[in-house]
Amino acid sequence: MRGYLFIAAMWMRSTLTYRTSFVLLTLAQLVTSGLDFVVIAVMFAHTDTLGGFELGEVAFLYGTSGVALGLADLLVGSAQQVGRRIRDGSLDVLLVRPVPVFAQVAADRFALRRLGRLTQTGAALAWSLVLLDVDWTWDRVLLLPWMLLSGTAIFAGIYVLGAAFQFWAADAAEVQNAFTHGGNTLTQFPPHVFARDLVRGVTFVVPLAFVNWMPALHVLDRPDPLGLPAFADFASPVVAAAVCGVAALAWRAAVRGYRSTGS
Amino acid sequence: MGLYAAIAVRSFRRYATYRAATVAGAFTNTVFGLIVAHTYLALWDERPALGGYDVAQAVTFVWLGQALLAAMSLLGGGFEEELGERIRTGDVAVDLYRPVNLQLWWLCADLGRAGYHLLGRGLVPVLVGGCLFDLRVPTGPARWFAFLVSVLLGIVVSFALRYLVALSGFWLLDGSGVRTVGVLTAVFFSGMLLPLTLFPGWLGELARALPWSALLQVPADVYLGRHAGGELVGAMAFQAGWAVVLLATGQALTAMATRRVVVQGG
Repeated sequence: MRGYLFIAAMWMRSTLTYRTSFVLLTLAQLVTSGLDFVVIAVMFAHTDTLGGFELGEVAFLYGTSGVALGLADLLVGSAQQVGRRIRDGSLDVLLVRPVPVFAQVAADRFALRRLGRLTQTGAALAWSLVLLDVDWTWDRVLLLPWMLLSGTAIFAGIYVLGAAFQFWAADAAEVQNAFTHGGNTLTQFPPHVFARDLVRGVTFVVPLAFVNWMPALHVLDRPDPLGLPAFADFASPVVAAAVCGVAALAWRAAVRGYRSTGS
Repeated sequence: MGLYAAIAVRSFRRYATYRAATVAGAFTNTVFGLIVAHTYLALWDERPALGGYDVAQAVTFVWLGQALLAAMSLLGGGFEEELGERIRTGDVAVDLYRPVNLQLWWLCADLGRAGYHLLGRGLVPVLVGGCLFDLRVPTGPARWFAFLVSVLLGIVVSFALRYLVALSGFWLLDGSGVRTVGVLTAVFFSGMLLPLTLFPGWLGELARALPWSALLQVPADVYLGRHAGGELVGAMAFQAGWAVVLLATGQALTAMATRRVVVQGG
């Protein structure tokens, strides 16, 4: 942890040296992540409801999913660059340093500009809370930070799984985008929009449904299309722990099985 | 001529080397197609005939977008990064004293890449999409031919735009900012986010007049048979017109840039 903070702080100092570049890249991140919201806005310019959900509700899904991905990307997103270090053999350098490899890889080129996505999705979430007409009982209030933290952990787990996968197939790194950014796009929209089998897949196989769908349906007082028992609405942390556990095992196996490029 | 063909063929082979990357890319395109197609279904369920498309056409538009995404290099990652880096490091000097036209050299390289991406990353998403959804297929060889010509013109326009982005490196040295803006503009104005006919009012008019609409909106409309007769010729003339204007600009800027290039070191 100390190693992680130290390396992250170093990279922050390094990026802040080129202040203009940093501001521009952060703004670019903000706009990039905002494009998804433009899609939703244009859609709602043509319709009042999508899959039975109103703009405020979709914005709530967009915000919760986006903040979770933004946080996970900020904290461990750098791990997806591990493929390059494997290819050029510079991972060896990390292995001999007296700091856990994972901390080094996760903090490698720590990109503060990722705050751009976090700011934009956070603003969308705040706006949706104004728009929503929800009876804020204590369980609903608690569910909000509950789902943001679990969602972050689930996306973080997927980032780590993706990084571990690159030890075997560095060229196939793009697969990870299907689950991180694809998962983000998916959970921006209500589950009722998607085919039942797709929803089943992202509930039981790749548990993206627990990033925000399950808890958000409880907050919004909407029925769950799969009809899961009520405890599923609160199960996100358990699922997140399981995803992170699997990711940790995969990472360990990957690092242990690592053989240098031999150069 | 033989030289330029050789460049295109070798560029095709270069990209064909990375099979795992192709499989991974096609997989990701397919997943995104699946997700976005469902959101379009929900939207067209509320508003049938929105933007002049029926449900089947709208869903076909999604899968065409995923199929052309890599070929049109909408998310970047094509030659422009390589050329930009060569300009930054000064390696471009080697390119400049070759007895070939710099723009034509990279155009051929990009055509080879696009050809590979069209096959390697375009076919799988469309086939999977076709199995899961009711997609439109052009009737008759004439429409297929028109579609392929339109895609080729789109690739040339895409190249010309990215060539200008890369050339900015001669003045700015670090082109990463311009590249990012280039990608954002391309995604927004090509129809990749949503068909441009859905953009409201003047924004829609503007988007349909800008060169980026030649990358996806026009080929998709040609594929869907939205243009007939004279209109079809007009759509392709629109693409060809932008291609000529942008390539000519690229040529002029190359001349200006090479006059001011100073390569450090010796």
